[in-house]
Amino acid sequence: MNVINMKESYDAEFVRAVERESGQNVSLCYQCGNCTAGCPYTEFYDLPVSRIMRGLQAGQRDALLSCRSLWLCATCESCTTRCPNNIDVATIMDVLRHMARKAGKAPEPAVKTFCDAFLDSVRRHGRVFEMGLMTRYMARTGRFLSDVDLSLKVLPKRKLAMRPHDIVGKESIARIYERYDRKEGKQ
Amino acid sequence: MSRSLRFAYYPGCSGQGTSIEYDRSTRGICRALGIELVDIPDWSCCGSTPAHTVDHVLSAALSARNILQAESLKDVRGIITPCPSCLTNLKTAARRMRDADFKARVDSLLDAPCRNDLPVMSVLQVIYQELGPEAVKARVTSPLTGLKVAPYYGCIMNRPPEIMDFDDCENPIAMDRLMLAAGAEVMPFPLKVECCGASFGVARNEVVTRLSGKLLDAAACCGASAMVTACPLCQMNLDLRQGQINRANGSRHDLPIFYYTQLIGMALGLNGSDLMLDKLCVDPKTLLRHMRAAQSAAAS
Repeated sequence: MNVINMKESYDAEFVRAVERESGQNVSLCYQCGNCTAGCPYTEFYDLPVSRIMRGLQAGQRDALLSCRSLWLCATCESCTTRCPNNIDVATIMDVLRHMARKAGKAPEPAVKTFCDAFLDSVRRHGRVFEMGLMTRYMARTGRFLSDVDLSLKVLPKRKLAMRPHDIVGKESIARIYERYDRKEGKQ
Repeated sequence: MSRSLRFAYYPGCSGQGTSIEYDRSTRGICRALGIELVDIPDWSCCGSTPAHTVDHVLSAALSARNILQAESLKDVRGIITPCPSCLTNLKTAARRMRDADFKARVDSLLDAPCRNDLPVMSVLQVIYQELGPEAVKARVTSPLTGLKVAPYYGCIMNRPPEIMDFDDCENPIAMDRLMLAAGAEVMPFPLKVECCGASFGVARNEVVTRLSGKLLDAAACCGASAMVTACPLCQMNLDLRQGQINRANGSRHDLPIFYYTQLIGMALGLNGSDLMLDKLCVDPKTLLRHMRAAQSAAAS
């Protein structure tokens, strides 16, 4: 069991920021455990979702932003659907993920790389180019053999396009990303 | 708003690749059922899960560009999509944009602000609510008598209920009732809304082999000889990865995983090019041959 010194590690601004970004009142959680009981990912998590909620109430920024669970949540909405106090827990998980990204933390690097490769594909073509996405993912992670067995199944089915379906307005997608990057101060 | 069944259609990226049979069979049954689909001109990706895990405004803007494109169409009753992931992104974006500040942030990323007044629904919701199982049943020419299916909705088609606003969030029945209308036998499948492992098949494969493995085990235990899905990602995990799942779990499943649109299409008498059954990895031919053989034995 971790013992935390609330006087030293409570980060009030962190709690306020999560509440502001998610539109949720985190003090409503009374630790019934329904979110964790229904979460299909608990067996893969380092922190179960109810402990994330408790840690959030206790303002434990560093512990939460470094946990692997944030990257393994699939947003299946079990927690949000079943919370007796109508807390949108899945949105809180999303907001914590956004913060973890901005803090440069990614304890599940393959998951982050997959997300990044997906969004890059959208940025370049306007639509996801599945074959290109997998190639970029493999190049960045060095996992050249992952899913080779599946390629052997899919290719004869001619389900995967070999070339991207670039859309006419792909510049308008690129502009969405550029404006976003400018707002985020990335350019 | 016109009462005709004319909708702006959002196919979603996977409909052009790994779930081409879902897109094709969706178009086929909509044509047969009198639902007119007008493709959203120059539609783009909704950003799927990766976008909302990075930023809610960016995610909403990627969806809103499509809402904006749909708004250029005349006399459409709303936007419909077969894909639950696209659906949840479009609906969540539309809901969040009811907040003026949020909408202003989204509009500032777009070339022009969207009106955000078109309802967004799944194709399943339109077939179920606008036509209903009885109307579908009335058009069935080739019922699926003897086919035992486990209907699997996936996690986000109906959840969270405040946003998805369709069917029951714990025990949805739309697909069950449409399958009954098509003449199939619907098995009591308790994991209708459990997650299949989503897109972790690539980065964390064991997540999918465990979670989708549970789904296949449960479907087999219920006596189903096939599963029926409404989500491209669920279908891909259960069908394309079924061999991986069997290897990881020591199971020997050989369950065909149909899209509900393929089964309805079969019952409506649509042909092979509309249904693309040959795109399924777990070959359903033997199962369907047995079903037809049992039907003709019962008829004679």
